[in-house]
Amino acid sequence: MAPLHQYLLLSLLLFGLGLAGVMTRRNGLITLMGIELMLNAANLNFIAFWRHGPNPDAVEGVLLAMFAIGVAAAEVAVGLALVIAIFRRFRTVNLDEVQELKG
Amino acid sequence: MSATFAILATWTVLAALGAMALRKPVHAALSLVGALMGVAFTYLNLGAEFITAVQVLVYVGAVAILIVFVLQLTRGEGVEGESLAVQPASLGLGIALLVTGGLIAAVVFLPDWRAAWPEKGDVALKRLGEVLMNRYVVALEAIGLLLTIAMIGAVLIALKRPDSQPPES
Repeated sequence: MAPLHQYLLLSLLLFGLGLAGVMTRRNGLITLMGIELMLNAANLNFIAFWRHGPNPDAVEGVLLAMFAIGVAAAEVAVGLALVIAIFRRFRTVNLDEVQELKG
Repeated sequence: MSATFAILATWTVLAALGAMALRKPVHAALSLVGALMGVAFTYLNLGAEFITAVQVLVYVGAVAILIVFVLQLTRGEGVEGESLAVQPASLGLGIALLVTGGLIAAVVFLPDWRAAWPEKGDVALKRLGEVLMNRYVVALEAIGLLLTIAMIGAVLIALKRPDSQPPES
């Protein structure tokens, strides 16, 4: 097991990559993938802090990560449904071409 | 820095970079699977076996497959239709044979099964179940309700309505 700050650095890199993808890519699916990467980075922080904390026998860190994964699963289901709805309406998943909110 | 963590970190970051930077969305999705697996193994490296299993089941098993499904459902005009199979078929067959042979060799030449056995049962997993059913049972129910609502909402959003045809322009 590596020191805590190395895990934090890895998680930061993952978060940065996800953020860069969300900010720069046009494809809505890639944007969703970037959000998933950022959520994974946050979960990695949960587990790293839990394991390196003063009380690694407590299960709260694992529980936090588990609930975060559950919320992320709900988020990705709704997000992908939105991508399908957007594609049906606009015939594209490129976010910069989807400019009107009116259905 | 331990060698295991160095390999894990390099793999994960490179795969995440590919997921965000590759041109074709299919390649990006495949690279995302690699990054998610890297994160799963990092959990294992941290000693969180249960979260590793959850990560593989939820992310690699469900989320990645869902993304690939939507990728296929939303193929626009800009995506060229290509042949599904890898062109040199011998390459794919060779890789499959190599992996199968390696697995067979690993089973046949394994020195001792008992070396890999854990000392005792997973106490943490038992405690996790107890805590989930006692102290955090409300949170567990709430997450179940949230997932149900999200599922119904996703079906409603993605449902094909007769008036949602694209405008003729």
